Amino acid sequence: MIDVPAFVNALTFNAGYNTAIVAMGAILLGWAGGTVGTFLLLRQRSLVSDALSHATLPGVGLAFLVMAWFGGTGRFLPGLLLGAAISAMTGLACVEWLTRRTRLNADAAIGAVLSAFFGFGVVLLTVIQSLGIGQQAGIGSFLLGSTSGMLRNEAVTLAVLALIVALLVFYFRRPLTLVCFDEIFARTSGIDIRRADLLLMFLVMAVTVTGLRVVGLILVVALLIIPPVAARFWTDKTTTMIFASGLIGAVSGFAGTALSASVPNLPAGPVIVLVAALLFVISLLFAPARGIFYGLYRARAFSRKVHRRQGLLAILRGEAIYDSDTIKVLKADHYIRADGTPTRTGLAAADNAAREEALWTVYLHDNPDAAYRAARMRLDPIAERLTSDEIAELEKHFAGPPSVSGKAGTGFAIR
Amino acid sequence: MKISPTDSDAALAVRGLSVAYGDKPALSSVDAVFKQGRMSAIVGPNGAGKSTMLKAAMGIIPTISGEALFFAKPLAAMRDRIAYVPQRASVDWDFPATVIDVVLMGLYRRLRPLSLIGRSQRQMAIECLEEVDMAGLASRQIGQLSGGQQQRVFIARALAQKADLLLLDEPFAGVDAATEKTIITLLKKFVKDGGTAVAVHHDLSTVAAYFDDVLILNVRRIAGGTVAAAFTEANLAEAYGGRLARDTPMTEAHAEPLVDTAT
Repeated sequence: MIDVPAFVNALTFNAGYNTAIVAMGAILLGWAGGTVGTFLLLRQRSLVSDALSHATLPGVGLAFLVMAWFGGTGRFLPGLLLGAAISAMTGLACVEWLTRRTRLNADAAIGAVLSAFFGFGVVLLTVIQSLGIGQQAGIGSFLLGSTSGMLRNEAVTLAVLALIVALLVFYFRRPLTLVCFDEIFARTSGIDIRRADLLLMFLVMAVTVTGLRVVGLILVVALLIIPPVAARFWTDKTTTMIFASGLIGAVSGFAGTALSASVPNLPAGPVIVLVAALLFVISLLFAPARGIFYGLYRARAFSRKVHRRQGLLAILRGEAIYDSDTIKVLKADHYIRADGTPTRTGLAAADNAAREEALWTVYLHDNPDAAYRAARMRLDPIAERLTSDEIAELEKHFAGPPSVSGKAGTGFAIR
Repeated sequence: MKISPTDSDAALAVRGLSVAYGDKPALSSVDAVFKQGRMSAIVGPNGAGKSTMLKAAMGIIPTISGEALFFAKPLAAMRDRIAYVPQRASVDWDFPATVIDVVLMGLYRRLRPLSLIGRSQRQMAIECLEEVDMAGLASRQIGQLSGGQQQRVFIARALAQKADLLLLDEPFAGVDAATEKTIITLLKKFVKDGGTAVAVHHDLSTVAAYFDDVLILNVRRIAGGTVAAAFTEANLAEAYGGRLARDTPMTEAHAEPLVDTAT
């Protein structure tokens, strides 16, 4: 099973120069994929990366054939990657043309282009293997990636590419964010939308081509989609999301290569993707901003708020409370005693609840468009939800001193 | 009316502007001048090309013919002096951005690619939010705001651009009364301080109370000028045809503002 010392060595970059270089490359690749993927997701173009990656295969095959034809081994990595980039661009242009010129939806166009290019690529690879030219060993690794046979200069090539992508993303982060959020405003700010989209596609292509050798063209799309989707669960800020997504990608790349270096016959690419998927599941379940468990917790907290408010209003009206959940909440807050009679704090809270209800009623009357959101907000302390100016405005509707303390007798009667 | 786009006091001068969506004409050779230091409304029935005119002037949609000059110069030379406020519907409100993030987008043209946002810029954004009474919600995700609050954030972003000319596409559409009052008060102050505002507007009952000048459109130009001169029953009838209810108070003499704008 897992060789723990080897794993630790890999994690601390002590498992040999080559492994360290591959790990660095995977970290940079993960970072680049995560950051570029964030913009791809926010621009709602995630699936395009799938078409792009599959469309690289014929380019790899053709580049190999051309280089072998001219007497080389055909395994010159920059040459293969250039071929991959050109054929990916061709595929992308086909998708663009199909969606623009025909009534085909983007997903249908992507599916058609993806499968056609991939099919052509597989045919080319089969032909190459039957020809017996060049050094074909490793050419198939573009399908699922492989770091085991990676040469030192190949690893350096990938690391440099990933670094360039990371720097480009930083340089162009603002125009890209603007285009994703508000295309019209971006245009009036002097941003050329077409050029921004081209830049984004170029970055996606660079990540895809860089990732081909490591994770393979079938899985490289995972590095562009999984990290940003996972990061979205953690934050509501674009900059944080870009950073978190890059981090998730980098951690996946790092842990994935370290795992595959310490377990015999474990392929690096798929393991990197699996680590990313694991981080996605963790985010989905446990992230505080949008995670499932926190969502359940908030739903429960909300139902407690409803019981609390209903109970307090019932206290104020002098009504008996029968709902066992309501009684439980009020007792936990020490608003009522064991025998059901309200405490002093309970009475004060009831008075304050009535005041806030009254303020919300006025607010909703003035802001009918806020009704949907207010249904959620009106159980929170009003000062957390509205600005002090807004509250002061609402309080003008009521007679009596504009007190916010919620003491008994502030003049807010139940209507 | 004689149009002279080189008018030295024109913030925006549009000449012979024609726009079509496919083969459907949206604007037909429209001339218009929006003077500096004035508040102007663009009114007209649905599909009259009101928003189209602003978008075409801002280069968002292609034009067939005509030109738009900002402060007597083409758009590219004057971009820093113009802030455009799009309709709320044009944005993905589930986007991971907070209120202050959106306002900071207004600084885009003044930020170098490598520079980071500092305290002074943040402070400036907060001040813009204070103008629309939204500073308290600066860190709220934008999707959690009401329609009126979203519109205020857009206005704050436009203020952050420190422009001389505000172009607003239906700023009062779907907002609550309090927001409408905040925005109109702010715009009046902006214009009083020497700025120029041009708004696509749909509520005829408030035109006289809110605006100095008006352009009445219905694919072609119907009338334009001061509200007193151009916002007449005859011109409106020509623009709206029989669709305008007769009992709507529309002339200046009868207009009753929905919101008290004296404050």
